[in-house]
Amino acid sequence: MESQHNQPSPGKFWNWFNPVGRKTGGWAFILNRITALGLTFYLFLHLIVLGQLAKGPEGYDSFIALMKNPIAVFGELLVVAAGIIHGLNGIRIALTTFGVSISTQKQLFYALMAIALIAILFFGIRMFTA
Amino acid sequence: MSKTKWNIILRVSRQKDGEQPHFDEFNLEVDPDEYVLDAVERVWAFMDRTVCFRHACHHSTCGACGMLVNGVEKLTCITYIRDVTQNGAKLTVQPLRNFPVISDLAVDMGSLYSRLEIVGARSVLPVPEAEVEKPASSWPKEDQQYIRLADCIECGLCISACPSAATSGEYLGPAVLAGLQANALKYKSLPFNLADSQDGVWRCHSAFECTEVCPSFVDPARRIMNLRSQIIRERLSGLFRKA
Repeated sequence: MESQHNQPSPGKFWNWFNPVGRKTGGWAFILNRITALGLTFYLFLHLIVLGQLAKGPEGYDSFIALMKNPIAVFGELLVVAAGIIHGLNGIRIALTTFGVSISTQKQLFYALMAIALIAILFFGIRMFTA
Repeated sequence: MSKTKWNIILRVSRQKDGEQPHFDEFNLEVDPDEYVLDAVERVWAFMDRTVCFRHACHHSTCGACGMLVNGVEKLTCITYIRDVTQNGAKLTVQPLRNFPVISDLAVDMGSLYSRLEIVGARSVLPVPEAEVEKPASSWPKEDQQYIRLADCIECGLCISACPSAATSGEYLGPAVLAGLQANALKYKSLPFNLADSQDGVWRCHSAFECTEVCPSFVDPARRIMNLRSQIIRERLSGLFRKA
């Protein structure tokens, strides 16, 4: 009799995040999934924030004041980081899809993530010193 | 073989008739230059005859002995014990992922074989059609009569390692798409409906894990990307044809 435990199923999505034995491309995949989920979560959060507009100027102003808290700024930086990482990783996928840099996809990933790191640092400094 | 002996604990995943998977541990004295398959065979031969696993050729040709070794897909007949554990440490073997377990370490790979058949993947190719380092067209005519074994040994490691295959049983998977690409390039008979579908090349999310674990250097990821390029080219040329 065959076991059902080992068969593919949508409920095994946690396997996407299993880092055991993953190589560079696998880490890129994990990073892409995490940032995609983070950005989707942020989209809902953003819609809720926009809903504050309906409460009038006072409600909106008090919310904006709350968002100047360093923890909230850090949260915004995470959104910026997720956007940059996901976008640049997407460029890697698009390029390899068109046959560009397939044999050097690891180096491509490292280069793009280096650019991401510099961009995140730039935005981080700007956001915390503004 | 070296004269060195290591004592290791072999953790074998056990699962019979719908049981929950669990591990049995076996203390073994091994030569670190032996292969993981040798250790599993020794458990079966001298300690527990109920341990079930697949193996045949012992030299990475049949593709039968693929397992998870410490969580990573390996062909156990060519994986040295010294490369995956150390003296006094544990060594864990589990069945491949994304295939139903028949018993212990043996999985049912019927879905892989039947899909390879559907896409017309061939285990041997005429030399002029095979991908070889030196273009076959430059070979002497008398050598072009030969056929060669295609590189894929149908071991299923790529499907086990693929994160996309974990959540979709309908996904054709890297080995099948690689077989499809090899066929398409040579025969120009690409079944686009199979490749150009949500369970074809577009289910791949470019983790490249298939290529990392492939013991035969088939490079399924490159072949999937090549299939995508072919499909996009075909779609674009289709637009111009309509115009």
